Amino acid sequence: MIAIIKYNAGNTKSVQNALKRLGYESIITDDRAEILSADKVIFPGVGEASTAMQYLKERGLDEVIKSVTQPFLGICLGLQLMCNKTEEGNTYCLGIFDTAVKCFPPKEKVPHMGWNNFTSIKGTLFNNINKNDDVYYVHSYYAELCKDTVAVCDYINSFSAGLQKDNFYATQFHPEKSAGVGEQLLKNFLEL
Amino acid sequence: MTLKNRIIPCLDIKDGRTVKGINFVDIQDAGDPIELAKKYVEQGADELVFLDITATVENRKTLVELVTHIAEEINIPFTVGGGINSVEDVSSLIKAGADKVSINSSAVKQPELIAAIAQEFGNQCVVVAIDTKFVDNEWMVFVHGGRTPTSIKTIDWAKQVERLGAGEILLTSMNNDGTKNGFAIDITKQVSKAVNIPVIASGGAGKSEHFAAVFKQTKATGGLAASIFHYGEIPIPVLKKYLKTNKIAIR
Repeated sequence: MIAIIKYNAGNTKSVQNALKRLGYESIITDDRAEILSADKVIFPGVGEASTAMQYLKERGLDEVIKSVTQPFLGICLGLQLMCNKTEEGNTYCLGIFDTAVKCFPPKEKVPHMGWNNFTSIKGTLFNNINKNDDVYYVHSYYAELCKDTVAVCDYINSFSAGLQKDNFYATQFHPEKSAGVGEQLLKNFLEL
Repeated sequence: MTLKNRIIPCLDIKDGRTVKGINFVDIQDAGDPIELAKKYVEQGADELVFLDITATVENRKTLVELVTHIAEEINIPFTVGGGINSVEDVSSLIKAGADKVSINSSAVKQPELIAAIAQEFGNQCVVVAIDTKFVDNEWMVFVHGGRTPTSIKTIDWAKQVERLGAGEILLTSMNNDGTKNGFAIDITKQVSKAVNIPVIASGGAGKSEHFAAVFKQTKATGGLAASIFHYGEIPIPVLKKYLKTNKIAIR
């Protein structure tokens, strides 16, 4: 069973639909036992960082997430919350990835909304994906490059499109909304 | 590493069915918005917009059910608009799986609705649709499907919706809509320069060249059209190939 972490940030249903199209059943849950016993855990998110972080802390989900040992995938706001801190609401986050989340300077249109490709990609999450493939982004904040960066996108500046440390994976783009390329990435994760 | 310009088909919905005639040969049920949406996704559409043109209270439930089915079936982002008057309306559509909602007349009537939706669901999910018309030497905002003039200048309104928290502007020129003579380059240029949020150009697309012109001459990052796609006048793959050949960033 795949557990999708339920919290006050957006598109859990879209992720569940995407998994279903790939033939995987999932539950949307904030229950500690269900999360810790799942085969895989997905941490999606569309929303605001400080309110999302507060929600996670109030329910002890911050500690639950950090103790997950199965393959874990954060998406969009999920990725940002897995970093040390974010400029959005000056929020301290989960600290899984040793990097900071910053606001895009308004040199181009912000949010970075639409389809973009990669400067570089590496690792199993990106198997059978080409760096020229486009994926769908919508975000105003970005994670800086760090040693855990496994995919780089360039918009205004280079940022972490993908991160990985041990069992923790994350993408800034939305694989559940990225047509065939997104499905390939989700498949790569689900087959880990 | 370039953000691509988006090609966005718009589907008009009435009682859960697509309204305009469609002549895709391999679609059995031409009025089924889900079949049409899936076809557009296969053809390479970058996003979809569903516009409920009846938008009555009785039809809300039908629309929410339709949105639920669309979300189950398609794997690209989609926006739902038409008759959205409150945060509750937005909530039911977002929960059903819409990625964004589009508001138009209700935003003009109560601009604080933009901020309220942005607060609750994030700026990225608020698309403010602006219907604009060139009258007495000025681009003005119109509401109620373009039937009612307002005293608001389009540029002023665009800046205001950005301040209030809109994540995107869908700009339709009523002078151009339905003409197939091309997008309104001047107002699209002005609006896309005046705001720092993405602008989608709408109204007037009749040829591939029109998309090339709007992407080259303005800062719009999306082009929306309905009939040229519905009637297969410009298949999406043909349009995208044309744009790529003309060195426009396209997925």
